[in-house]
Amino acid sequence: MSAERRSIGAFLLRRLGSGLITILGVSVLVFAFLHIVPGDPVDHLAGGEATAAQREQLEKCLGLDKSLPMQFVTFLGHIADFTLGNQCAGGGGDKRTVASRIADVFPHTVWLALAGMLVAIVLALPLGVLAAVKRGTWIDTLATTTSLSAVAMPQMMFAPLLLFWFFLTLGWLPGPGEVGLAALILPAFSVGTHLMAMLARMTRSSMVEVLGEDYVRTARAKGLPESRVLFVHALRNALLPVITIVGLQFGSMLSGAIVVENVFGRPGLGSTLLQGITERNYPLVQGVVLVIAVIYVGVNILVDIAYGFADPRIRRA
Amino acid sequence: MKRLKGLKLSPSAWVGLVMLAIYIFAGIFGPWLAPYDVSSKAIDLAHKFEGPSAEHWLGTDSNGRDALSQLLYGARKALMLSSIVVAITATIGLALGTIAGWYRGWVDEILMRFVDILLSFPGILLNIAIVATVANPGVGVVIFALSVNGWVGYARVARGQVLALRERDYITAAVALGASNRRVMFKHLLPNLMGPALVQMSFGLGAIILIEAALSFLGLGPQVDYTWGSMLDQARTFLWKADWVTLYSLIPGLAIMWVVLGANLLGDGLRDRLDPRQRGKG
Repeated sequence: MSAERRSIGAFLLRRLGSGLITILGVSVLVFAFLHIVPGDPVDHLAGGEATAAQREQLEKCLGLDKSLPMQFVTFLGHIADFTLGNQCAGGGGDKRTVASRIADVFPHTVWLALAGMLVAIVLALPLGVLAAVKRGTWIDTLATTTSLSAVAMPQMMFAPLLLFWFFLTLGWLPGPGEVGLAALILPAFSVGTHLMAMLARMTRSSMVEVLGEDYVRTARAKGLPESRVLFVHALRNALLPVITIVGLQFGSMLSGAIVVENVFGRPGLGSTLLQGITERNYPLVQGVVLVIAVIYVGVNILVDIAYGFADPRIRRA
Repeated sequence: MKRLKGLKLSPSAWVGLVMLAIYIFAGIFGPWLAPYDVSSKAIDLAHKFEGPSAEHWLGTDSNGRDALSQLLYGARKALMLSSIVVAITATIGLALGTIAGWYRGWVDEILMRFVDILLSFPGILLNIAIVATVANPGVGVVIFALSVNGWVGYARVARGQVLALRERDYITAAVALGASNRRVMFKHLLPNLMGPALVQMSFGLGAIILIEAALSFLGLGPQVDYTWGSMLDQARTFLWKADWVTLYSLIPGLAIMWVVLGANLLGDGLRDRLDPRQRGKG
């Protein structure tokens, strides 16, 4: 028991350690963006028509007048004190720190991502199970074709079309600019379709595999009703790989939110990122990228740890 | 390469191959096939927002320009950009992955750490952040941004493959006969990576088209109005003008879907052929 506990402790420590190294690496990368693109960063950010005074102000605000190592220390300092630094909007006059501006919109994106996952799971499981049970029939072909097409479908087409049909034409659901539960439905479908398709394929192949196992045959031989065999014996075992994908894809929901928030005019991390770009507010852009990266890494570690508890073999790997 | 000859593909992979072939044909010959000019000279405000007609098969846009012609010019743009990015990323990735797998040790450690970091957050975020750094990004900047993290997949595939190949007898024999590191890597390892690399290239092609379209859609790509992404952007800008929008946004949207679906079908099929254990995954 104590050896078991020690191995769990070591596993947790190792995962957290490698997560921290990754986040440090990501910060270096985010810091480096300004410097890896060829040319003078101030030229890029200020644009051609900026006056000398504006350029100087921007240079000072971004700390570009300091040496490179000093810049990096300042950057890390802003991460450590959780402010993520000051915004350098060209005369925008927004005095909030980058972190507080991000914190204001953060919940919107989290809700959108969670709602998107809910849509994906609720649609994908029945679709995948149905395709597995009816393997080789036209239902299977239809389900597979649907998910293959949904994977390939650009959100940039799907989201505006949803808006066009359900808001403009039919008037059933609220349109852009509104926040509320009903206003979450269309964005959630736009952001969740891609994951839905992936999960449906995953569920199908996982179910097909499980349905061939001995314990499923035993359950059938015992005379259990087919629904019980399917949903209690087979689906429960087929779900583990599917759940992993759900966890790992949380990050992709966040990046999908960039397009979807833009189409629906919703506040959130994605729209703040784009505002940062239009405002030429580089610290804000860096801050959003960093926050999304940290969430992404954090969720991956959580999934790993949860998986490690569920399946002891993984801890040693 | 020999293994790829006489390769029997599944029917769905053939469908994917044909879909890609049509796209490549449209990309190469599109501008000559296009019935109208799409430059700013072709603006014809008398015919804006038109539905399909004998003159304009797929209707016109907000400036009265022919949608079919935009689609064909857009295919050229997409093909050019995606093939350049695939070529750059595949070359860099295969080279780095082969080096890491062959030399192992600290080279491998550093490279794979770097790969882990790049894989640990959404790639499109990196692309956006780089494009956003430049005030008026041209095609070059977009290619650069997509290449910065695009090589990672190739590097992983190549490294894994090389780690397995280096234990083979023919490699041991080559080394024993005094072949230089460079000779082993170029003559003996790289040719055997082509299969998995092709799979990766196929998936990569689809992914690049999607990301590039997303960038143009968000107004971050090169400022040309006949890329598929900017056609989609235009369509949603005129969402309120009703009818016309559905068709005009379906055209580039379906074109993107066509390419991505074709690339994925081909990629799936090639992977199943080369590595049957992966069949049906993902």
